[in-house]
Amino acid sequence: MSEALNRRGFLCLASGLAVAAVSGCGSADSPAAAPKSGGRLRAVFAGGGAKEVLDPHLQSLFVDIARHKALYEKLVELGPDLKPVPRLAAKWEPDAQATTWRFTLRDATFHDGKPLTSQDVLYSLARIADPNAPERVAQSSLAALDLRRCKAIDKRTVELTLAAPNAEFPALLAGIGTQIVRDGFKNPSEPNGTGAFRFTSFEAGRSMVATRFEDYWDGPAKIEELQILSADAEARANAVQGGQAEYANEMTATFARTAEAGRTVKIVAAKGSTTQAFVMKVDRPPFDNPDVRLAFKLLADRQRLVDVVLAGRGAVGNDLFGKGFQYYPADLPQRERDVDQAKALLKKAGLIGKEVEIFTSDASAGFVEAATLFAEQVAEAGVKLKVTTGSAQTYAKDLLTKGVIGSHRSGAMPIPQYITDRLLTKSPFNVTHWRRAAFDAAFAAAQVQTDEAARAAKYAVLQKTLRDDGGILAWGHPDFLVAISSRVQGVQAVPPNTLDSGRFDKVWLA
Amino acid sequence: MRSYAAQRAALAVIQLAVLSILVFLLTALLPGDAADMRFTETLTPDQVARLRSQLGLDEPAIERFTHWFGNVLTGDLGTSLISGGSVADIVKASVGATLVLTLATLAVVVPLAVVLGLVMGTRENGRLDRVITSITLALSAIPDFVIAVVLITLFSLKLGWLPATWVGGDLPANPALLVLPVAVLLGRTVCLLSRQVRAGTINALNAEYVVQARRLGVPRRQLLLRHVLPNAAVPGVQELARTGDTLLGGVLVVEAIFAIPGFATALVDGVETRDVPVVQGLTLVLAVAALLINLAADLVCNRLVPRTELLR
Repeated sequence: MSEALNRRGFLCLASGLAVAAVSGCGSADSPAAAPKSGGRLRAVFAGGGAKEVLDPHLQSLFVDIARHKALYEKLVELGPDLKPVPRLAAKWEPDAQATTWRFTLRDATFHDGKPLTSQDVLYSLARIADPNAPERVAQSSLAALDLRRCKAIDKRTVELTLAAPNAEFPALLAGIGTQIVRDGFKNPSEPNGTGAFRFTSFEAGRSMVATRFEDYWDGPAKIEELQILSADAEARANAVQGGQAEYANEMTATFARTAEAGRTVKIVAAKGSTTQAFVMKVDRPPFDNPDVRLAFKLLADRQRLVDVVLAGRGAVGNDLFGKGFQYYPADLPQRERDVDQAKALLKKAGLIGKEVEIFTSDASAGFVEAATLFAEQVAEAGVKLKVTTGSAQTYAKDLLTKGVIGSHRSGAMPIPQYITDRLLTKSPFNVTHWRRAAFDAAFAAAQVQTDEAARAAKYAVLQKTLRDDGGILAWGHPDFLVAISSRVQGVQAVPPNTLDSGRFDKVWLA
Repeated sequence: MRSYAAQRAALAVIQLAVLSILVFLLTALLPGDAADMRFTETLTPDQVARLRSQLGLDEPAIERFTHWFGNVLTGDLGTSLISGGSVADIVKASVGATLVLTLATLAVVVPLAVVLGLVMGTRENGRLDRVITSITLALSAIPDFVIAVVLITLFSLKLGWLPATWVGGDLPANPALLVLPVAVLLGRTVCLLSRQVRAGTINALNAEYVVQARRLGVPRRQLLLRHVLPNAAVPGVQELARTGDTLLGGVLVVEAIFAIPGFATALVDGVETRDVPVVQGLTLVLAVAALLINLAADLVCNRLVPRTELLR
């Protein structure tokens, strides 16, 4: 008896060890988690018609980003918390001033069989900066790069020099439109990248087909063929439900509710990935008065806005961009609704009984609904908020100059980049007109800190100022919803614009 | 007849010129231009300004229009402000799906409407006439998107018989893609067309020459096919021309729901991105098609019922 037990025990132990050795980890995952190779995956994104591009340096839509992610790669990517993670650059090292950076390249291969070299990196950066091509999107974010002083140290090491010190430089290399192309790349219609998929065909506004690249440095993709398709929300929903696509990007909360009731489609929700806000122009009455700004922040019933406008799929905001991202000051107390205090502040400012116009548009889902609901909440304090709707297509531009308070949303990006784009005196998208010399100087001082903790501390102070005094009333952080067919495995719940979002080389079909 | 065709052609040229000017003016009235439309979270105002001058959008409107018009006269529709591709290619790429959809719809609608129209017309106010009238009127009263959603839910999502969208589909390989869109388009067109055939039939049946033919004992079958149908078809053919125009112009709702990359989608994209050359090119092609269809309809009517007043 004891002998039998011993033998059984031994076998159990041995097989357990063997499984652990093969899988390389514990048995936390279900048996379905064993990846399978082969098959075709069709992923549908919101289309951009003729606007869609094959040139990796021109992209801006999610469908472009996904397409280029399949074919090309960047030196650096962003992790789930928007913190830079190595990609084609295996590592990097700044000098003490964070002005000169050394990037060591990975042993990667282009689709034409040539190895990745420093020269490819220098060529790509020069191509992005070409002044004759103003639509290259990374041009402004990489403007700090002093191209004449950038050089190849050897085949796999490249030294990049900035005009001014910036400890966040790796994050800039992870921005939109920063892909590495092959030296001498001229014709975007013949893509040649280092990505996990090789180009087959492309039709703007319809589809791109690509096949697995066997020599991919990060291990060949599980799926054999990838199709990136374009369609609007209704068609995306029908396609993934009707079995004509396996992955549908950017779905609505309404669809998620229907889909979760059925069994054919699963919803992958990246919690609180983007930001929804009202933006007040701090240089225009009545919002030039900090009391009024605070009063409006106190009047927002954030939970109700999230419940109604986002159908409950999101987290409440604390008047700051980027909840959950690197450098987000999570220790700041959550702003709660306080109508009485708001009333007192508004009375002091003489705004009770007055009318304020809120400028919004259909430019983004939920804008008008949020503004209308917020108007009801503000009315409780005796201020009339009149909702005005502008042109959807020009809204992003109009909001920069028009109105005193408006609707704003932002996709996922690193917090320092958001500040650079929107909250400095020279920011191109400064919708709140927040222009403070002291703030600019403090931000610049933080950016040169090579020590991450020291930098984080300085950013935290800046963000507290913004939360208390700034013009952003960030009421919610919507979940980013993706629908997948129940066959699809390995899709990560991550914010858009990060490495694992719209990435298909680690995904497989069960 | 030849001078008539020449007259029509001259008129067409004037119509096209006026239309081009109108389209240009109307797109110019929309807020923003093609460079502004690129203004997103990724392109800075400075980049947009440089893009605008590169696209030539900072030149005076009259200059841009005369430049475009001159090119059109030489047969060059210009290039897209958004993709940089030739407008002719964009027209070609979008017209295919629309053409297939139009022809497929007409292939079903025309025989169906003629039969229904004749049945109703010959049984004026009879039970069958009233039943068909009620059904077709009801169908035409339901908005396209409602019919589409119901059909998709039933046949694609519940039963799984037919594809729900053209996304990822390939038309020649999968003709089933046409079934639901055609079914949606059927409702209204069948109703309008069969009503016209019905009215034409009733008119013809009551006309004196038919009454006389009846008196002379012309067999009923011959009477219907030889004497009634050609006359009854005249309003039908005119209605058919209108239907063809509408279908070719693209049926935006149907294209949007089924993700059909057709004419209407291209046109809406063009307007939304303020891609003036594309909008101009598409409307011009559409206008030429409409003129040709209507001319053809007039000529067919003249052939069916040779009456000079039709050609006025």
